[in-house]
Amino acid sequence: MRDVAVLGVGQTRFGELWDRSFREIGIEAGFSALTQAKLGSHDLGALYLGNMASGAFLDQEHIAPLILDYAGLAPHHLPGIRVEAGGASGAVALHQAYLAVASGAHDFVMVGGAEKMTDVPEDLQLAITSAAADQEWETVFGATLPALWALIARRHMQEYGTRREDFARMSVLAHEMGSKNPRAHFRNRITLDQVLHAPPVAEPLGMLDCAPSSDGAAALVLGPLELARRYTDTPIRIAASEVACDTLALQHRRDPTTLDATVFAARAAYRRTGWEAKGIRLAEVHDAYSISGLLALEDLGFVEKGAGGSALRDRSFGTGDTLTLNPSGGLKAQGQPFGAVGVAQVVELVEQLRGEAKERQVPGVTRALSHNLGGTGATAAIHLLERVN
Amino acid sequence: MTIARFWRETPQRYNLGGSRCSSCGSAFFPPRAVCPTCPEHRRSLGKMEPLQLSGEGEVYSFTVVHDPAEGFEMQVPYVLALVKTPEGPILTGQVVDVLPAEVHVGLRVQATFRKLREEGKSGVIHYGYKFAVAREEGREPVAPEGESVPEPRREGPRPART
Repeated sequence: MRDVAVLGVGQTRFGELWDRSFREIGIEAGFSALTQAKLGSHDLGALYLGNMASGAFLDQEHIAPLILDYAGLAPHHLPGIRVEAGGASGAVALHQAYLAVASGAHDFVMVGGAEKMTDVPEDLQLAITSAAADQEWETVFGATLPALWALIARRHMQEYGTRREDFARMSVLAHEMGSKNPRAHFRNRITLDQVLHAPPVAEPLGMLDCAPSSDGAAALVLGPLELARRYTDTPIRIAASEVACDTLALQHRRDPTTLDATVFAARAAYRRTGWEAKGIRLAEVHDAYSISGLLALEDLGFVEKGAGGSALRDRSFGTGDTLTLNPSGGLKAQGQPFGAVGVAQVVELVEQLRGEAKERQVPGVTRALSHNLGGTGATAAIHLLERVN
Repeated sequence: MTIARFWRETPQRYNLGGSRCSSCGSAFFPPRAVCPTCPEHRRSLGKMEPLQLSGEGEVYSFTVVHDPAEGFEMQVPYVLALVKTPEGPILTGQVVDVLPAEVHVGLRVQATFRKLREEGKSGVIHYGYKFAVAREEGREPVAPEGESVPEPRREGPRPART
């Protein structure tokens, strides 16, 4: 296996992009990444495209050749491969692309992540995304994704004395960070009081505990590190790419308050690199729900199990903290186009590690972690990234 | 959900039929063909035995849902819970015939047979289990208007008129 580097990144604005089509946003992100990597379309060996539910949202399946076609690449006859893993589709697509380059099967590959969600009404968005849970044993009984995360939240409160306002702070942090991100779906700051008094979705979670449905696309160009200097002065090495799975339904987990998929993927990534959680100063974690951000802190090893609540009470996790979370604004503020999320997290971290994140820049970071989940944690994908000097 | 997809799982959703591994004794609901807890789980193929859940349990976690799942719009707000059964498995289901404010972790409940949802005015009606407060909690179960409350049966819930 050879070292793999990110050579170029691209991303659209996230939000309600009603005037733009799926193929338009996919191509915008892809060409940005390709241009930045100073590569031509003919250099690419493959496209890996993360997407959760284009069939349900757009009545369109078979989208990898669609994007290749409208990117003008049909005459090159590249392999285009769609990857689906619920909300983790983007990071799992990145994992496939990483393996393709690391193994030597391809030199340069494109990773895309795209979702167009807001063309359908909100109740349908909820039904489509909740299909990442178990349709036969959860949603049929009235469960939705936010309801299942609420069950995790309530049990966490019961077992560890976590307070409702502890995880609400994740959303306040996300909007604070997102206010500096021109690509973010939401750029307004919010207060703890606003989160606590927002309309209830599934108690204890309210509207401001839940990331929005968004439209958006993100893309990365990967290549072998040994060739990276030809294309960029600041290659970012993918030090680890790990995916782990767990039971699809929350009810079957060993412990509903611990996401074992996160724990296992993180353990594998730390073992591969020799890194420790306490040495990581920058992370993009999956805050689709405020409580999922809290769980990530614990399950990634940043704080002890059960200490997520008190950590959010006592620390800022902002730019001044020893660990900065979600400088992009996370899923909550930057937005949540399902299949694009895991790719967009890495776009943000690459810009941070290059020192190109402008107003959002976390000073002096050389290593970073991204954490992307599907469903209630049946899939977890973790990437460790490092600036190479 | 299509008729065949729902119909296939009828024995479990109506009668709480699970399975138990004859090697390690682990209990599962819904039934599994392979035991995930046996070290040599491949050997458990064909050795899973039927297990009848009693329908008893206690609330392990719960939420009051205001933004409903598809087909549950008329039931808002409703209580959804993880219910831990004495046999081992945890089930996901609604807790009904109780005020949301009266539900708490540890509340003892009993499975009851109810209508879950219908697919539009002319679509398929889905039936299955929900949970009512157990009688030993000191409350009489309340039937929906115009319906009688079936006697609880130890061997599991039986279809009631809905």
